[in-house]
Amino acid sequence: MSEIEFLDWVRGQGFQIAVIIFVAGVIIRFAEILLLGRKTNLAEAKGSEMGGGLRTIVTRSVPDKSTFKRSTFIVVAGYIFHIGLFVTIFLFAPHILMFKEVIGFGWPSLPTPVVDAMAVVSIIALLAILVHRMRDNVLRFISTTEDYLVWMLTILPLITGYIAFHRIGMTAPTLLAIHILSVELLLVVFPFTKLMHAFTLVMARWYNGAISGYRGVES
Amino acid sequence: MSASLEKGINALKEQVDSTVAAFFSSCTHCGMCADACLFYTETDEAKRMPINKAEPLRRIWKSEYTLLGRVGKMFGLTAKVDDALLTEWETLVYDSCTLCGRCSMVCPVGNDIALLIRKTREGMAAAGHAPEGLIGATTRAVTIGSPMGVKLPALMAQIGHVEKDTGMKIPVDVEGAEYMLLLSSMEIMNFPEFIEAAAKIFDKAGVSWTISTEAFEATNSGIQIGVSDIAAELVQRIVDAAEKLKVKTVISPECGHAYMAIRWEGPNLVGKPFSFKVRHILEVLDEFRQDGRLKITGKEEQRLTYHDPCQISRRGGVIDQPRNLIKMFSDDFVEMPDTGKMNWCCGAGGGVSSNERADEIRLKVFQRKKDQLDEIKPDAIVSACSNCRIHLEDGLEEYHMDIPLLSLTETLAEHLAD
Repeated sequence: MSEIEFLDWVRGQGFQIAVIIFVAGVIIRFAEILLLGRKTNLAEAKGSEMGGGLRTIVTRSVPDKSTFKRSTFIVVAGYIFHIGLFVTIFLFAPHILMFKEVIGFGWPSLPTPVVDAMAVVSIIALLAILVHRMRDNVLRFISTTEDYLVWMLTILPLITGYIAFHRIGMTAPTLLAIHILSVELLLVVFPFTKLMHAFTLVMARWYNGAISGYRGVES
Repeated sequence: MSASLEKGINALKEQVDSTVAAFFSSCTHCGMCADACLFYTETDEAKRMPINKAEPLRRIWKSEYTLLGRVGKMFGLTAKVDDALLTEWETLVYDSCTLCGRCSMVCPVGNDIALLIRKTREGMAAAGHAPEGLIGATTRAVTIGSPMGVKLPALMAQIGHVEKDTGMKIPVDVEGAEYMLLLSSMEIMNFPEFIEAAAKIFDKAGVSWTISTEAFEATNSGIQIGVSDIAAELVQRIVDAAEKLKVKTVISPECGHAYMAIRWEGPNLVGKPFSFKVRHILEVLDEFRQDGRLKITGKEEQRLTYHDPCQISRRGGVIDQPRNLIKMFSDDFVEMPDTGKMNWCCGAGGGVSSNERADEIRLKVFQRKKDQLDEIKPDAIVSACSNCRIHLEDGLEEYHMDIPLLSLTETLAEHLAD
């Protein structure tokens, strides 16, 4: 397979397979969760489930002061790489072109040097998080193979993207193909790992807020 | 597989619903719940971090309710629940968790981890992996009617003492009373002053109330050990008595989990809404205050703080009421750092105090409460849970701290104007 053929495959068939697994997987996971259902609360309500649920979806993004003090590193590093991922995935001009091709519409991009810097910052944050995971008493204990696998599959597209953009080491088509392939790997494992939290946290936060809201507590 | 293990696994399966699935799907192993839990912060033992305590339930969810888990199970790759796991987890689930729910307030993806641990207990208990102390308390609650073995004659004797001391009549089994007051065994045996205080307040407020001889016990070991059938039976006794006496409101006393049991879990346990209201004593007192039924005289000279019982504040929603009430008799009220819904547990709720095996760790993690108190140096601590009160007194003694514990209801009664 020539490098052009390789690039064509990852952009064509490979991409299709990855997207199908991603979409079908996410739908299956949503069905698995929601079809279980939950019993209606028969206790006299003191507050609103809906109000509490919606509130917590928003408010849980910001920790209270004391929690921030106790978990400063994970909050700061977590925020940095999540924002970095968002910016590099959705606000990089070539990515927006790709989205436009697939879904039919685009949106404004950030200047390339800004995205480039964010990619570097995210890579650094993720490296720091890995070191923290391996050294911290609690994280070392709770971490599984999946945690390290997901970490690797998350940082790979950032690194391959950075290398492809700066054309380091190999020819452009190969670098681009490797980058796309790394994204496809991420898409394929996404529905079946903790990466699903990107979607399910909305449900989890809603349930948490609804349970508390029903009792008149803002959670 | 042993019969008891099978029962445990089935009980865990019954606990899985969309909340459980959404929570486990969302956990990223970030570790923040550890920092929210006094059983981790005061011991530095990673295994005591909150989400780890729900591992048996997580394994059942994963292997039975996810596609990947089921495929993995076919190839023997998905982690199983066995007796060895449950034996190891017993001390985590029962001795190292008070179901205080602080982790549930901190989890960035919004997991109600305390709910997951509460549900895990259902499986642990069904599989025969509950601590002896809690099994004993639960058995006594079912057979005798009280986890501490308090029988009706003991209550009647205490009522007799109160009547003699105050010259007031304590209404018993009065049909059509507005309020039916429940009591915890702890109050009957250790703090009968509570009955006296309640009687005085109800008298001054001019409301009709009663105690039922058929259902006076408010506590519910069933929800602590995690056996819903027993919890439902204990709730049903109260429902029957309240319906028989045709009361409008049942009052949960100064006890945290009793309120959770009757107010929030109760109707769900018995499977139908109540025909009466359930209120915590603090909610009732605050209503009296709003209606102008409480005339207060004199103030406490000392600096007071309030210890929020977890099941009443964070898990129960009664947060403002105690503060409104305390301010009626105190001008020197200070909040602890991390207060209200974010307060730290005393360390002995959720059945931990009934479990002798946990005595050492509950006193060790009291260090957290000590640190909170050291920051504000109160002269006295007001609270509204007899279990918190007993354990706080225990902890303060252990750490050589001389701070008296006050019941909010009792202190309020002392300040009633004649």
